[in-house]
Amino acid sequence: MVLQPPNFLSAQARTFDERKVSMDFISKNLPYLLAGISVGGQYALIAIGYTMVYGILRLINFAHGDIFMVAALVMVYASASFPLYVTIPLVLVSTVLIGFVVERVAYKPLRDAPRMSIMISAIGVSYLLQNLALYVTGGLAQIYPAIPLISNSVSIGPATTKVVTIVTPVLTVLLVILLMWLINHTKIGMAMRAVANDFETSRLMGVKINSVISMTFIIGSFLAAVGSMLYFTNYASVVPTSGAMPGLKAFVAAVFGGIGSIPGAVIGAFIIGICENIIKGLGWTTFSDAFTFALLIVILIVKPTGLFGERATDKV
Amino acid sequence: MKKSAAAAVCAVLALACVMPVSAAETVKIGVYEPASGDNGAGGKQETLGIQYANSVCPTVEIGGTEYDVELAIVDNESSNEKGPTAASQLVSEGVSVVLGSYGSGVSIAASDIFEQAGVPAIGVTCTNPQVTEGNTHYFRICFLDPFQGTVLANFAADNFEAKKAYVLTKLGDDYSVGLGHYFQEAFENELGGEVVAETFPEGNADFTSYLTTAVNEGADVIFAPTSTEAAQLIIDAAAAQGIDIPILAGDTWDSNVILNAAKGKDLAIYVTTFYQEGGNEEFDTNIKEWISGDSTNLANNGGDDTVAAVTAMGYDAYFVALEALKAAGSTDPAAVNEAIWDVTYSGVTGDISFDSENGDAARDSAYVKTANTETGAWDFVGVQQKK
Repeated sequence: MVLQPPNFLSAQARTFDERKVSMDFISKNLPYLLAGISVGGQYALIAIGYTMVYGILRLINFAHGDIFMVAALVMVYASASFPLYVTIPLVLVSTVLIGFVVERVAYKPLRDAPRMSIMISAIGVSYLLQNLALYVTGGLAQIYPAIPLISNSVSIGPATTKVVTIVTPVLTVLLVILLMWLINHTKIGMAMRAVANDFETSRLMGVKINSVISMTFIIGSFLAAVGSMLYFTNYASVVPTSGAMPGLKAFVAAVFGGIGSIPGAVIGAFIIGICENIIKGLGWTTFSDAFTFALLIVILIVKPTGLFGERATDKV
Repeated sequence: MKKSAAAAVCAVLALACVMPVSAAETVKIGVYEPASGDNGAGGKQETLGIQYANSVCPTVEIGGTEYDVELAIVDNESSNEKGPTAASQLVSEGVSVVLGSYGSGVSIAASDIFEQAGVPAIGVTCTNPQVTEGNTHYFRICFLDPFQGTVLANFAADNFEAKKAYVLTKLGDDYSVGLGHYFQEAFENELGGEVVAETFPEGNADFTSYLTTAVNEGADVIFAPTSTEAAQLIIDAAAAQGIDIPILAGDTWDSNVILNAAKGKDLAIYVTTFYQEGGNEEFDTNIKEWISGDSTNLANNGGDDTVAAVTAMGYDAYFVALEALKAAGSTDPAAVNEAIWDVTYSGVTGDISFDSENGDAARDSAYVKTANTETGAWDFVGVQQKK
């Protein structure tokens, strides 16, 4: 039995109702959106690593997701014995070092080999890192240490979430702006663009190919380390396969945005992160991962070069 | 009183076992448990119980001859695809009987391998009915999911006056989906409640959206029968979102992994399980000493000496296997298989005997515990009997 309000009240009641409904709508859906933006930012930081390496070497660096996971493990073990102001720089430096060493050891000797060999080498590195992690952790999930400030909970309107959710998109955008400036306005950036444009010619023109490639891996690994801090602060459990799924999705994001294009990768990552969580919000939780990979197939069929990709005929 | 007497007998038996110095013959007991993957933490704790039992009683008398018991331990990686390979490895090592696994999915996956080889297996904490259903070689010493699911549904209705429950399970995980299903069945059909059920895929780390849905749907309880790996993430996400809905789970959550994750967070977590620490003082003290005495054991137990229910179950399973070997009077797997049906044993987790239909243990009570988020220990809530 519903009581009808008197006539003279109905207009006022209706506006009140509408406002309440829209507040309700926001408070119910804001958490999905926030989660989407946050995870999108984290995918973006990984996706940049994929897209830059592809842009320069035409190599899909399958080990990138695992470098992301190793960065998290370094954090877990380092934080057990050092204070935070030592741990964070240590994680950044050691991840960069691992990225650099992987390139020198596993990819550089294959520089003139067929592209397929270097890709298989990348898959090898991926499994090597996963199994090393399995050996070190003994297969048990490691709890990621809480980083003060960004681990705390915060209320945004009706939703409660961790501070890192808000920090992630802001930090991601800042880092991308910095990276774009580096690429467009510095000497090493110019060298990168030259190498990406024409590998052989820039080598002939005296560009130090090896240092440019190393720099690419250093930047990619640095961003993966930052991404791993943000990601695992939100989802605080590290297992040897933790890097696989975010890595794959970041790769899809890079393809979606047009592999080789940095803004494309970032936009692609945000779109994938947000769509994934909206799908979960609609109640189709079973299909949230299927969506990401279905998207990959559709893009490859409809627009193989992605949103912002250069037109190229020699894709792997 | 009865328990301490049983423990005393056990200790005497243990001494008797240790006395003979040399035993030339060896009998192998296979340990089919995960040491990595989603259920790695739980599998390691269950294996610890078996290893401890082996250290307490390393020999057995079979048909008048003294045998050394050797454990053949393999890692099934919590994976239904890799499990059968690990199982074949045990078969080729010539084990007389297999213990395990933690996780029903891997047990079901390996069942055929054991059947073809004629090796009997004793499930320690795999609670899904399909493990033993319709076969004569797989046994188990724990209660089943239809029972556990009903107990939890009743607990939710009795203690929280729950009308609506949010059930979150993992896609493709037989244990998780099965237990979620039995909970839903009991909650909807017997108690007249409403259930919102969702699933998450392998490798999922983001539980924010799932919990948001639970809140939006106005659920009175959240039921999440998942692996401890996912549990950590669920607990973390729930705390970050300030969720005050009680979270219920099955036996897998009875682990110090959960306690560590929940410590200092404002959450209400309830689990059903096989054993409550303190149920047998002597067993607790000795195993704690054994775990703390070795850094590898301590790491495998998750860094402290909390006795998990699965560890106690592993301990009992080992002695059930020894009883079967004694009764068989032979190390021949077929003879052992025949002998298991009639084995009865009083363990630290209660009396164990098998029904004659599927080889399931006759268990009619489950312990309910809650995580004390201040002390980081389990608080005993009560024993739920089968209704």
